[in-house]
Amino acid sequence: ASSAKRNGEQCYARAPKISAELFTLTYGSIVTQLLADYDTVDEVNTQLDQMGYNIGVRLIDEFLAQANITKCSSLKQTAEMIAKVGFKMFLGITANVGKWSADENEFSLILDENPLTEFVDLPENYSGLLYSNMLCGVIRGALEMTQMKVTCSFISDALRPGDDTTEIRVYFKEYLSEAIPINDE
Amino acid sequence: GDPIDKPLPRGKGEVNLSAFSFLFSELVQYSQTRTNQVTLLEQRLSDIGWSVGQRILDVIVFRERGLKRETRVVNILSFIQTTVWKILFGRAADSIEQSLEHKDQFMIIDQSPVTNKFISVPKELNQLNCAAFIAGV
Repeated sequence: ASSAKRNGEQCYARAPKISAELFTLTYGSIVTQLLADYDTVDEVNTQLDQMGYNIGVRLIDEFLAQANITKCSSLKQTAEMIAKVGFKMFLGITANVGKWSADENEFSLILDENPLTEFVDLPENYSGLLYSNMLCGVIRGALEMTQMKVTCSFISDALRPGDDTTEIRVYFKEYLSEAIPINDE
Repeated sequence: GDPIDKPLPRGKGEVNLSAFSFLFSELVQYSQTRTNQVTLLEQRLSDIGWSVGQRILDVIVFRERGLKRETRVVNILSFIQTTVWKILFGRAADSIEQSLEHKDQFMIIDQSPVTNKFISVPKELNQLNCAAFIAGV
């Protein structure tokens, strides 16, 4: 686990950076735009997830190229890579992995800090909004490109009144067979 | 707790430039699904930038200027060129120029806007300039 942590820190140190506030406010403006474009909060949640998915399928290439990691042999290892390398490399934070199910097919990523939600206050009428839902799509899309089918969702969010933690639940469903990639030319 | 009770972040935080680039490119692609006209697409990017600029101004004025706002045109422009640009993009914009024909027209010049770095524009959209986002800011 400590080697994953070091790997993540090195990747983050090497990367060119930009202001976290520009990133945060741009994300916030996108969420605001989606709330204007769609009628319901549920549709916005879906759209955020879809945009994250599109990002995830592209981001995995950079992740694999930069992180210099070998194939993960277990879901536990995959979870560590997401939490200690992926989150660190791109957002400069690490997540904690925990709450494994008995069959070891489900785990939680617990975020102590979330750069997406800086400056954000969720109004009451948007209490159903999964503000950071793009992150779930990113994880789902990136893992799909490594032949892992997962579902991914926020089960708590510190933005909401009553939630103390921010927790993403990841359910492993199946390994996809090595089919021909879509749009492979 | 109440967000107003939270201390204002110091603003030194950074993320990987790739994270921003992925997000921005997804924004461009999403905006493209909502309109097929280049000018409207630029308008959408500009609107998003506008809402970023509106918010970052308060933060910067509060944090860097002790709430002092500029009232002169040249001063506010040079504040944008230096302070705002440095905070958002890590460096000042290259220059400010005043138009010779119109005294009320100024240009802030940035030779390598971060929004155009990773965007390749297809032929049918060759009028598109993703820096519309920065102009919006």
